[in-house]
Amino acid sequence: MLKDIFNKKKKYATVTKQEERDDVPEGLMVKCPSCREIFYRKEIEKNLMVCPKCDHHHQITSRDRIEHLMGNTFEEWDEDMVSENPLEFPGYLEKLDKDREKTGINEAVVTGKGYINGLETAIAVMDSRFRMGSMGSVVGEKISQAVERAREEQIPFIIFTASGGARMQEGVLSLMQMSKTSVALERFARSGGLFISYFTNPTTGGVSASFASLGDYNFAEPGALIGFAGRRIIEQTIREKLPDDFQTAEFLFKHGQLDRVIHRQDMKQVLTDVLDLHQVGGGVR
Amino acid sequence: MSPWDRVQMARHPERPTTLDYIEHLFTQFLELHGDRYYGDDEAIVGGIANFEGTPVTVIGHQRGKDTKENIRRNFGMPHPEGYRKALRLMYQAEKFNRPIITFIDTKGAYPGRAAEERGQSEAIARNLREMAGLTVPIICVVIGEGGSGGALGISVGDRLYMLENSTYSVISPEGAAALLWKDSNLAQKAAESMRITSYDLKELDIIDEVIEEVQGGAHRDIQKQSEAIRDMIRRGLGELNGLTDDQLLDQRWEKYQKLVPSQLL
Repeated sequence: MLKDIFNKKKKYATVTKQEERDDVPEGLMVKCPSCREIFYRKEIEKNLMVCPKCDHHHQITSRDRIEHLMGNTFEEWDEDMVSENPLEFPGYLEKLDKDREKTGINEAVVTGKGYINGLETAIAVMDSRFRMGSMGSVVGEKISQAVERAREEQIPFIIFTASGGARMQEGVLSLMQMSKTSVALERFARSGGLFISYFTNPTTGGVSASFASLGDYNFAEPGALIGFAGRRIIEQTIREKLPDDFQTAEFLFKHGQLDRVIHRQDMKQVLTDVLDLHQVGGGVR
Repeated sequence: MSPWDRVQMARHPERPTTLDYIEHLFTQFLELHGDRYYGDDEAIVGGIANFEGTPVTVIGHQRGKDTKENIRRNFGMPHPEGYRKALRLMYQAEKFNRPIITFIDTKGAYPGRAAEERGQSEAIARNLREMAGLTVPIICVVIGEGGSGGALGISVGDRLYMLENSTYSVISPEGAAALLWKDSNLAQKAAESMRITSYDLKELDIIDEVIEEVQGGAHRDIQKQSEAIRDMIRRGLGELNGLTDDQLLDQRWEKYQKLVPSQLL
């Protein structure tokens, strides 16, 4: 074609020598997407995955967060509960298998109980690496059961949310998990249970519009994306450009939707303080 | 009828709306306005009324009949103040021991900037939790489109009924197709695999009953359609009548906790 003459497409690619590539094991270095600085992964891991230069909060795995908060006191619940493709959605099981292999966890939430600085609490930590942290039947069931156990054992319940929302492949069943978890939390609240909701990046859609927003205390990590509808959908609907900080933790804080935005280095201490203040008088009845 | 046909029926421009059914099902309906925080969202209507001698609180999504009304009512897509108005009226119902009847008919909660700023997520989430704890019977009837969290925000209750040609889904078929296959033209395929019709939801044990529609769809004979809805509401209220507060809340709790696909048990 004539236009191909003007289209100077590269006819070759540059490939690093095999030895050179082998010198840098995968994942040894991390580039901060915010300040573009390059760090040793170890360095940033030691810093709870927070960029030492610009404080950007990188994703931290559910296991690492629990390890930091509870160390070896953590006892996991319902570890083996797995989705069974209730709507027989084509290709769904394969996707789950792949994510299981990739993340080493069976579903998008890890639940259990343990001690944070000696204070006992139930905990649920969502993991956005698994199907975008989306909520299907297993996620809803594990969270509801954790809430129910916290009620029975009269201990607080903390959740770290990270989710793109409902899991499309489970259709309306995933929608129903919004009401199921909220109904469980109502019973927990009525029994006097303490519920701390901690938004991490990202928390949107059906998760944001159910348990995530229902904490006695609503906290968030800096820069976390939090919102009901997706930014693109809103821009298409209202036909205007949204501000850069739209739907960030800071944006929600400004609009009165959050109690605090907390640096990850302070997370453990703040949670300890809240749990501790509920030990004396009040607290779990 | 295929799922896609039912989607078309649920969206039929002449399909009866909440206010149409209110007119046929209740007497003495008195609409009440405002959330007492910000404004009055006309995408949700609510008020007090008389159902066969019983005072009730009625709440529902409200679409417009024409463009002008649709703009006023934001095409039946509520802002947070709509959900907060609904909750205010539900607390009032609880105080005066009135059953609550809700009608679900929305494409979804409005995806807008102001809605996010005023806490769309929080407004819906709070309704889900608070409805779980209200000590009066709550009956929910899906009359058109039951779109995602925006529908859910007024549909936690003791009985959930669906008109035969209504839908209830986590996302519109167009939205699902765009997300899953990057092509909103595959909406029909999505409608078929997502299981969004009344009979699908009955089979999945999510709803209590399907309310059959008159020949050709609800809009063909609203009088007759209203009779079928009336019978179902009467039956639901009858079943819930006389339960103690604890019994009512325990049953509601069980209803939602059992929403687990059988494979998990």
